[in-house]
Amino acid sequence: MAKKTGKQELAEAAELVKNTVVDAVLEAKEKAEEVVKEAVKAIKGETATIDAKIPEGPLAEKWSNYKAHQKLVNPANKRRLDVIVVGTGLAGASAAASLAEMGFNVLNFCIQDSPRRAHSIAAQGGINAAKNYQNDGDSVYRLFYDTIKGGDYRAREANVYRLAEVSNNIIDQCVAQGVPFAREYGGLLDNRSFGGAQVSRTFYAKGQTGQQLLLGAYSALSRQIGKGKVKMYSRYEMLDVVVIDGRARGIIARNLVTGRVERFFAHAVVVGTGGYGNAFFLSTNAMASNGSAAMQMYRKGAYFANPCYAQIHPTCIPVHGAFQSKLTLMSESLRNDGRIWVPKKLEDAKKLQAGTLKGRDIPEEDRDYYLERRYPAFGNLVPRDVASRAAKERCDAGYGVNSTGLAVFLDFSDAIKRLGKDVVEAKYGNLFQMYEKIVDENPYEDPMMIFPAIHYTMGGIWVDYELQTSVKGLFCIGEANFSDHGANRLGASALMQGLADGYFVLPYTIQNYLADQISVPRMSTDLPEFVEAENAVQAKIDKLMAVQGKRSVDSIHRELGLVMWDFVGMGRTKEGLQTALTKIKAIKKEFWSNVFIPGKADDLNNELEKALRLSDFIEIGELMARDALMREESCGGHFREEYQTPEGEALRQDDKFSFASCWKYTGDDNEPELLKEELNYEFVKRQTRNYKS
Amino acid sequence: MEKAINITLKVWRQAGPKAKGGFETYELKNISTDSSFLEMLDVLNEQLVSERKEPIAFDHDCREGICGMCSLYINGHPHGPDAAVTTCQLHMRKFKDGDTITVEPWRSNAFPVIKDLMVDRGAYDKIIQAGGFVSVNTGGVPDANAIPIPKKDADEAMDAASCIGCGACAAACKNGSAMLFVSAKVSQLALLPQGRVEAAARAKAMVAKMDELGFGNCTNTGACAAECPKSVSLSNIARLNREFLCAKFKD
Repeated sequence: MAKKTGKQELAEAAELVKNTVVDAVLEAKEKAEEVVKEAVKAIKGETATIDAKIPEGPLAEKWSNYKAHQKLVNPANKRRLDVIVVGTGLAGASAAASLAEMGFNVLNFCIQDSPRRAHSIAAQGGINAAKNYQNDGDSVYRLFYDTIKGGDYRAREANVYRLAEVSNNIIDQCVAQGVPFAREYGGLLDNRSFGGAQVSRTFYAKGQTGQQLLLGAYSALSRQIGKGKVKMYSRYEMLDVVVIDGRARGIIARNLVTGRVERFFAHAVVVGTGGYGNAFFLSTNAMASNGSAAMQMYRKGAYFANPCYAQIHPTCIPVHGAFQSKLTLMSESLRNDGRIWVPKKLEDAKKLQAGTLKGRDIPEEDRDYYLERRYPAFGNLVPRDVASRAAKERCDAGYGVNSTGLAVFLDFSDAIKRLGKDVVEAKYGNLFQMYEKIVDENPYEDPMMIFPAIHYTMGGIWVDYELQTSVKGLFCIGEANFSDHGANRLGASALMQGLADGYFVLPYTIQNYLADQISVPRMSTDLPEFVEAENAVQAKIDKLMAVQGKRSVDSIHRELGLVMWDFVGMGRTKEGLQTALTKIKAIKKEFWSNVFIPGKADDLNNELEKALRLSDFIEIGELMARDALMREESCGGHFREEYQTPEGEALRQDDKFSFASCWKYTGDDNEPELLKEELNYEFVKRQTRNYKS
Repeated sequence: MEKAINITLKVWRQAGPKAKGGFETYELKNISTDSSFLEMLDVLNEQLVSERKEPIAFDHDCREGICGMCSLYINGHPHGPDAAVTTCQLHMRKFKDGDTITVEPWRSNAFPVIKDLMVDRGAYDKIIQAGGFVSVNTGGVPDANAIPIPKKDADEAMDAASCIGCGACAAACKNGSAMLFVSAKVSQLALLPQGRVEAAARAKAMVAKMDELGFGNCTNTGACAAECPKSVSLSNIARLNREFLCAKFKD
């Protein structure tokens, strides 16, 4: 062809050949580079990017799209599949019940003597839903938006929207189960307001909403236990997850009555074991609440996300003595009618601290209703993190109102004047009674004294949109996972998330995984992976029992708690966090060389249980401090004193920190590796949170 | 206001379900009256651990009076001498300096001792499993406001539902009857339209299970309601009897 053409054509042809060759070479080079990159990552053991598997499409259609296209398991195959659910709180019980109703065989574990005792039971105030029964302008979008904003723009949009979407189903479900929600005289459901919202969307059952919702889930679970679809293991504690060929295939658990360590197989493992707030020793969590299951998953490859996001609840009964074992929450619902204040004059505060003056004796004009003053639009109903910091600010300035100077007033005298004592009693009677029993003062006459305390952990095990961790077949639900609340959780949203995960999300998404497992036969628990996991657990127990030192578990736990509160609490600084890391290392050494556990390992042994949990709390404490040190910004419950506005509000650094920090375990003596899930806000514009106007 | 008291404790110790138990006596000094009863036991356990002895096993969890895990027969009363509280909410200010306090586990045939002050209350779970639920699956239920419920009924159901399943009623009863526990659940669900559908079958199934598990009969002494930490009312037992009789007549 070239012979027949002129010089110009020849040159053109040559150019074409050259370009083709160059393109091919470039393409090959690019491909080679990609392969090398992947190989390097593979060697490092890093996944290419953290893929949250968020479905395509507009926000409001993502969940419907997902459900329309996901894989399902047919009824005959469901019978052949086993699922382990650890935990029987709102998330665990609702998941276990729902999965069993669908036909899966469920093995359900709890550490208490009965599944009805999980700590969800202690939630007081209520549960949010976007029903708009009050006709006050609520909608799914508004609940979504309030939750995203409340979380200081550190949650995943798609998850939060789904949560708001299914919130209404939860209320329907609970009513159908016979949950006795509060009602109006016309017979319809009543609502109240909670922090961070300008609508009344909170459903409640007296001050015992968590109890009633949990008993609803427990009754559904009991029905399945009675039918034999759920095998219940109470007084069992999970001690490890068993991974075979990269997939979660079971757990190792200790029978807390006999002390025997046992192995359990399932096609998938679901963990709903709650938060890790007890790392602080004193918290509003139950005594047995712990973060050990999360740490076991973490050590087996699941990422631990945003460990530093812990919620400090503004309305708890203040610490009163060295013997104290836990802190008691006074429901946020009290902020509907109670007004928070400290004295305006420092000399009045001094007299209150000395006990020579009572709160009720201070005249109106000398009271500083600091939340109403600082945040006129939301007043006493600002989100928890804002209210907690404001209380700390006043107390740090010397205006605290009890003997330790670490308390503020929550006053109902106006509400009693306005509504009458009877109405206040009907609304909050059980909370007032609880306060009186603990503090020995009558809150109808003297204002309550409250102070912030650790209450909830937004951080937790990283999960994708399907609530699956970075280990295949290992799912994490409820407070134990990191999703939905960002850097701060709004009141009455924990119950919502627990039940959303358990009733309406996991039962769908787990099928997308299990659909590929239908041909996997039940495995023997004599496989080497099970034996190895059990041996490792046994070795840890033996090591602890062998220390035979001088200190009780609780004494070391208290020490850890103080370090956490002082340096990883409400106000964090670079220096403080570095101090915390050093101190925690020392506590770890002290624990492993000087703890004393009486009794035997193969028997009921409370001290051993506590020691196993504390060994993990120490690691969690370290991870929290590490994460807080890395996150050089203030957002939600994470307040770095270096990053605040001139008015003392949290100052985010969106350009640097708009990601979920995912910590990857790299061995006991190595520093964990930080991976990032970028949080792309497609539908909401990030703003500075404003509760002032 | 805070003070400190010295007390003597007589505590039931029992190594295991089959072991022979007995009382041990302990002296405790300087107990803050602001501490709860369980915090006082924590202090005792710390003391025992420091003497390299085994601490006392007792059930407890939320320490807010709602989970129902704590128990203890204190000076002859379930949850101690104070009214309408659980042991975890009982405070040492209810005791005097120099007091001797006797602490025992629940004594009931249906609640065997596991260790020391810990008992097995699995029987209560089994009663619920027999019928203490509304038979609805997740999903496919009507809108929450579809059926209006009179406020009075909803409030009454809530009062019945406040039972925490601690076992004090059966432990207090000279017959070891679980009637207050069973009636609280039967009442709660019978009062609501959602639970009404299965009310008869539920009453029969739960009573049958209670009998099978070795709980005694009710002779209306009222000790259960008097000792109930949540003040669940005796009228629930009347309602259960009504439901049960109606169901039997229909048979």
